[in-house]
Amino acid sequence: MVTELVEKLFFTREISEEISLPLKKRDVHFGDKVFYYLLKGASWGIVFLLLAMVGLILKMSWPAFSTLGWTFFTSAEWNSWTQEFGVLSFIYGTVISSLLAVAFAVPVSVGVALFLNELAPSWLARPLGFLIEMLAAIPSIVYGLWGLFVLAPLLRTYVQPVLLDYFGWFPLFQGPPLGVGMLCAGVLLAIMITPTISAMTREVFKAIPVSHREAALGLGATRWEMLKLAVLKTGTSGIIGAVILGLGRALGETMAVTMVIGNKSEIHLSLFESGQTMASILANQYAEADSDLQLAALTAVGLTLFMVSLIINSIARFIVWKVEKGFKGGK
Amino acid sequence: MDGEVLKVEKLNAYFNDFHAVKDVDLSVNYHEVVALIGPSGCGKSTFIRCLNRLHEEVPGARCTGNVWLDGQNIYGKGVDPVVVRRNVGMVFQKPNPFPGLSIFDNVAVGLRLAGVTKKSVLSEAVEEALRKSALWTEVKDKLKKPGTGLSGGQQQRLCIARALAVKPPVILMDEPTSALDPISTAKIEELIVELKNDVTVVIVTHNMQQASRISGRTAFFLLGELIEYGKTSKIFTKPQNLKTEQYITGRFG
Amino acid sequence: MASKLNLKVTSFTDRKRKLKSQLIIGVLLFLALLACFPFLFISAYVISKGIGSLDWAFFTQLPKGPGETGGGMANAILGSGTMVLMCCLLGIPWGMAAGIYLSEYGEGKTARILRFATDLLTSVPSIVVGIFIYGLIVIYFGFSAHAGATALAVIMLPIVARSTEEILKLIPNHIREAGLALGIPRWKVILRILVPGCVGALVTGVMLAIARVAGETAPLLFTALGNQFFADSLSQPTASLPVQIYNFAKSGFPDLERQAWAGALILVLFVFVINFGTRAFIYYKKS
Repeated sequence: MVTELVEKLFFTREISEEISLPLKKRDVHFGDKVFYYLLKGASWGIVFLLLAMVGLILKMSWPAFSTLGWTFFTSAEWNSWTQEFGVLSFIYGTVISSLLAVAFAVPVSVGVALFLNELAPSWLARPLGFLIEMLAAIPSIVYGLWGLFVLAPLLRTYVQPVLLDYFGWFPLFQGPPLGVGMLCAGVLLAIMITPTISAMTREVFKAIPVSHREAALGLGATRWEMLKLAVLKTGTSGIIGAVILGLGRALGETMAVTMVIGNKSEIHLSLFESGQTMASILANQYAEADSDLQLAALTAVGLTLFMVSLIINSIARFIVWKVEKGFKGGK
Repeated sequence: MDGEVLKVEKLNAYFNDFHAVKDVDLSVNYHEVVALIGPSGCGKSTFIRCLNRLHEEVPGARCTGNVWLDGQNIYGKGVDPVVVRRNVGMVFQKPNPFPGLSIFDNVAVGLRLAGVTKKSVLSEAVEEALRKSALWTEVKDKLKKPGTGLSGGQQQRLCIARALAVKPPVILMDEPTSALDPISTAKIEELIVELKNDVTVVIVTHNMQQASRISGRTAFFLLGELIEYGKTSKIFTKPQNLKTEQYITGRFG
Repeated sequence: MASKLNLKVTSFTDRKRKLKSQLIIGVLLFLALLACFPFLFISAYVISKGIGSLDWAFFTQLPKGPGETGGGMANAILGSGTMVLMCCLLGIPWGMAAGIYLSEYGEGKTARILRFATDLLTSVPSIVVGIFIYGLIVIYFGFSAHAGATALAVIMLPIVARSTEEILKLIPNHIREAGLALGIPRWKVILRILVPGCVGALVTGVMLAIARVAGETAPLLFTALGNQFFADSLSQPTASLPVQIYNFAKSGFPDLERQAWAGALILVLFVFVINFGTRAFIYYKKS
């Protein structure tokens, strides 16, 4: 029945029929209009969805804000027995793990982009690029599994003891080497955001005109000096955009982090200690919240995460958009 | 100084299988402006890019032959392309100052690459180069501003200053005015004529009037071959080769 | 003629510069190889750990209780399949419609807002999508496959929309004009000329979106929840492969961990087949 209708609507009327009946204009316009408004509705539906998301999550988290007030943002205590809920330790965990990830991922990603775009012959660049791009395709639960059973033990047995031996005096590297914890989350996130940052950076480099590179070489620059002068300096703002985009991805990453960060709602300076991010507390507690207030507080954590990632991503997209426009409009 | 600054022997250039420059011999004297003319795709751009070993930077490109710069073969054993390029300046079709750098830094960059760090030496050299490229009075109050903020013609003169700053004996120009308006073009032509006192200029141009206005000798390229080379006045009035005559009189091109 | 020019690298600075350049190129090569390593490591590890557990029971049996050995993930595979299918029913038509609008009618400022909103929706953390669906559906109807599928659809929607837009934009304008000049109404030009012309590429985009949502865990945690058994209906808590892997991984029982690896292998194989397939298709199309 439905298929018949669809066929009738789309396929049965011959084109020639329309040409021979130019007077049935209203009919033609009608089809166009219905189609147009359908599509327009679908497209605006996305905006509506986004707004509804903000609205609904705000409404759901309202009880938390009205009961807890500012302490929600200023307290690091999260205790369902005493009904104290503060987001601070999760913000700390999110920020530190993401920054750690960015710190590891940026040099690698930019290096990859430089090597693949500017130095490697295409027979080498293509397979290497493919292997890096495929990192983005691995589901985050698989990263989590690998992080928990492979990466964390590796860190525990090989990396953390060495750090303890040499840098144990430094507050960042103290405490028992458990494997799981902030450091592990940072490394795992770094692997996950490397394809994002390097792909974006490669796009930026591709947009830089060849003539800049030739100008540098023509002046007697060595290959590295050319890269620094014509590619890195020219592409700086684009690289920053790419990095912020990677940061946005790290902030919201849930499963992989939840599985390796240790899940303790506390603030510790040491990177060996366990922590908790805004996303991981949601994954851990949302389905089994004990009280309405806890559920509202968790939703408020989600709202905070949502807003932070909206802001970060808006900034990143704005920068990338400006950079691309600049290259297109300028030279 | 007299004599030959550049001497090209049996130069052949290729892009993969494509033979872009065929057995070209050509020599250029000190304090001379040589113009290369010919229809597009005739290999003249490729030819000058072989003179500072920039051609080999393109994937799949290679060349054979000898190019003697001041008596030294730039394709000789042990010669480093980076050092060659420092001694042969280049100005490109479109003005391309480095976007991240100020006007001052754009001019100073070549010297800095060569290891000059002393501030006084740098600013002296920058001023000299900017004066020679007739840009000094226009930019002396905004040396810290980005070079990309200048007009197209100014940007191109900035690029000439950038090339001049390292004092190379030869500067190559690849259609330097093709992206500029007539007034900027006239300024650059004037500049090239004056530059003759300091450097040798090899310029590729599409514009035959330009070649006749600024150059002492002209070379005509066709399909990768050097068809005719001689005094500009002679090439334009009494060309020896039929193809040259046909090109100059606008029969093809 | 005595030459003063020296074209060889002799000065100390030049030597230093050359060495520095070569050194840094070496470092860049190392970084590129380093970045390739995790993919090879992870995929090889998942395959070697999971391949031994992929037996008939894994695909046909329910999970056994903690401490017991044997059993499978049949409920999770079925649940994931069901929810991804349901998600496609909502996400693909909606996303394609939005993508067509952006490409064919999207000009000016409002289009920029729409495009921006679509991009933002792509970057909403998937766990937040879970909260949204929790408040929208789960509060009223409980944990269910419906809720899980809707959450996945919200994630799929902007991906499909943007890929559809990008693909349609590649079609040169004269084809549209040729159609319109024949007197064919615009909507038919789009549906009968433009879309059939690039249906392969559109399918590619959709397949990649499916690969993406099939591995999503976070939005299912508190929408579909999970289930030890087969769900009797679509309005019951439903097991899914990613959530079950998560639960097994943190169970602490070796036999469940073993099955978690097998589940991960299934996910990874699914994602890889789609990615390799689409790439091969694009490559084949180009040549």
